[in-house]
Amino acid sequence: MQVSMSQPAAVAGRTPPRVRPPGEIFAGYALDSAYDEMFDASGQARPDCRALFEDLVAASLPQLRQRQTEADKAFLTQGITFTVYGDEAGTERIFPYDLLPRIITAHEWSMIERGLAQRLTAINHFLKDIYHEGRILSEGIVPRELVHSCRHYRREMRGVRIHRDIYVSVAGTDLVRLEDGRFVVLEDNLRVPSGVSYMLANREVMKRVFPGLFARYHVSPIAHYGQALLATLRTLGPPNRMEPTFVVLTPGVGNSAYFEHAFLAREMGVPLVEGRDLLVHDNIVYMRTTSGLRRVDVIYRRVDDDFLDPLAFRPDSTLGVPGLLNAHRAGNVSLANAIGTGIADDKALYAYIPAIIRFYLSEEPVLPNVHTYLLGSPSDRKYVLEHLGELVVKAVGESGGYGMLIGPHSTTQERETFRHKILADPRNFIAQPTLTLSRAACFIGDRIEPRHVDLRPYVLYGDRVTVVPGGLTRVALRKGSLVVNSSQGGGSKDTWVLQD
Amino acid sequence: MLLSRTADGLYWTARYLERAEHTARLIDVGLDIGLGRVVAATSSHGAADRLYASLGVPEAAAQRPDGRASLNEVALFDLSNRSSVAACVTAARENARQVREEISSEMWEQLNGLYLAVRQIHADIGRASRPHYVRHTVIEGIHLFQGITDATMGHGEGWQYLQAGRFIERAAATALLIDEFFIDSANPAGARLEHGDWIALLRSCSALEAYCRHYTADVRPERVAEFLLLNADFPRSVRFAAARLESAVLGLARASGRGGGGRAQRLAGRLHASLDYGQVDEILSDDPRAYLAGIVRQCAQIHTALYQSYITYAVESAIPA
Repeated sequence: MQVSMSQPAAVAGRTPPRVRPPGEIFAGYALDSAYDEMFDASGQARPDCRALFEDLVAASLPQLRQRQTEADKAFLTQGITFTVYGDEAGTERIFPYDLLPRIITAHEWSMIERGLAQRLTAINHFLKDIYHEGRILSEGIVPRELVHSCRHYRREMRGVRIHRDIYVSVAGTDLVRLEDGRFVVLEDNLRVPSGVSYMLANREVMKRVFPGLFARYHVSPIAHYGQALLATLRTLGPPNRMEPTFVVLTPGVGNSAYFEHAFLAREMGVPLVEGRDLLVHDNIVYMRTTSGLRRVDVIYRRVDDDFLDPLAFRPDSTLGVPGLLNAHRAGNVSLANAIGTGIADDKALYAYIPAIIRFYLSEEPVLPNVHTYLLGSPSDRKYVLEHLGELVVKAVGESGGYGMLIGPHSTTQERETFRHKILADPRNFIAQPTLTLSRAACFIGDRIEPRHVDLRPYVLYGDRVTVVPGGLTRVALRKGSLVVNSSQGGGSKDTWVLQD
Repeated sequence: MLLSRTADGLYWTARYLERAEHTARLIDVGLDIGLGRVVAATSSHGAADRLYASLGVPEAAAQRPDGRASLNEVALFDLSNRSSVAACVTAARENARQVREEISSEMWEQLNGLYLAVRQIHADIGRASRPHYVRHTVIEGIHLFQGITDATMGHGEGWQYLQAGRFIERAAATALLIDEFFIDSANPAGARLEHGDWIALLRSCSALEAYCRHYTADVRPERVAEFLLLNADFPRSVRFAAARLESAVLGLARASGRGGGGRAQRLAGRLHASLDYGQVDEILSDDPRAYLAGIVRQCAQIHTALYQSYITYAVESAIPA
């Protein structure tokens, strides 16, 4: 799974109130300025977390350990693992799973849901606009230069008619919760967002290991994600095809998200294909089956633009299908997501999303952005260079926590290096204030301790916007760490969205 | 309708599992002989050597100082020996992983659990010296997989590819094994096999009890050959495997809805018919080795015909007009 968390926010340097909630198992649990998902500032369990808290206080340590063992074993037997590269024995590891659920109230969720729907609607308008008339560019809301200099902008898609104008049908948006309890958007993932299978697998395991607790809460179900995804793909089907064929396109078994690709294909009941299973003839895509060639109408592709078609993009790609772009342009095959959506999750363009929402929808954004300084702008650049020690600087083209300067944790030397990099290529950098991510209770070793978390809900855009009530809560399992990437000691936990 | 690559993956999943089961059983019987449970002394061309020979275990292993122990290690766990039990289970699991959306979760979890168990046994040196335990784990694990497959997967095209892989492997491997015991048939001066050697052959096919029920405990070479080659009801006989193979080939031709499978159907039907109407006295008095080699060759032809019809066919021939 390549879920990246590019904002490892640092805890602000003020003295936190050292409040400890009661209960022996919580002995190491100290609250500080970060928002705690389970306890309020006085150390009392929040109303919707009370039953969970009481269950944990009553549980014995061996019980919790036993549940953790059962959960880990369930992931291992199901093969929900990733291969440790460079290990000749082919050792497979599970993604660390934290036992305790993270609870989101119905009220909180309704705002998240509205905010995500609004955001994705505006983004789809934006993509249609910039690949056609470009109104938003002519009116100077978004600088033309910024769009055309982005390496995810695909000139090949200019003027191409996309069925129903749905560019992004599957998105995974990263949210974080600040000290005041507000959710803000950290990043939009509009190309091939991953991790939804972990959301679903976490829930299944949770139901096995915490059946009693689960039954006491009214948790919104998420198991229909596969059907919702299929319904979304159905709306993309070419109108002239009565019984369209759907497939999931995977880079193959070597990809770290392969489990997820197979999982989604199975959930939807559609074939899981690789590039070598497909071919294009007369701008029509076929797959090679035991019954001969079979026409393909809608591809849920989990292959990046760059690798999708060696004739159009990277010629060395062996994962793609020669001629796919032309078939797509001819309107004979629909892709989810469309080619060229990466322009809208560009880190610099991110700063314009609130303006994009206002421009197309005439509404105020429901979910705020993190304030972002664009280093291409002289005034922002001046401010950032003077405050490098307080800010987080990110390279626009990088993801996964690479190419980043975390001001409060950096050395003078690192700041100097970044200063030079920024001056050499300002368009390639943005800066944001250092954030304090909220913390959730986690079962670590023999105790329950708080760890920083984020939240990635999954949004589907077809006839209507569907946000499956839940998401992947990623956890920075290392004490004090703010990085939730699975490659850097990150794990995940089940996310319960409560019903009213 | 099945992706060609998926058909290939299913076919090889079943073939590798069948091969793992066969090897595990042979090692177990070979080890028993070594312990003198079946016969007190074995000749240098006795059953154990023939069992290992039929597995094609690399010669180098046999020549190591610790002889049989290292043979077992090579045949059970050596991943560089592509027909070792561990290599076959790993390959089966890798194929299953690539057709994960086609098989049931129960099947996958069983096979993945078996794979993890084999790795665990190998990592745990104490158990590695107990091949009986390995044999038990592997064979039971594979039987469970087959039961789960029949109970949780639709018996459609994908299932037929699993059947085809399993029974084509079984027919060929059993023929090769029998062949090792008839190597000397053309040369009466050669080594004479003893009563215990024939029992070892039957046990290698899990056939001893079934044989005794059919012919009594009176074990004779021609009866052993008849039972393992021509018995219609015993699931590890070549004839039984050929019958199942033919029905799988017919099933997947039907499911594909293409007329292109004619050659595979003809070949599978011919192999089955020749065993249906075979006479053991004629086979043995004529040239048993040529007959057995013929079976292995026909299995290879059926494999090729299936691939040409459904999996590796030329795209040009299939483009719609």
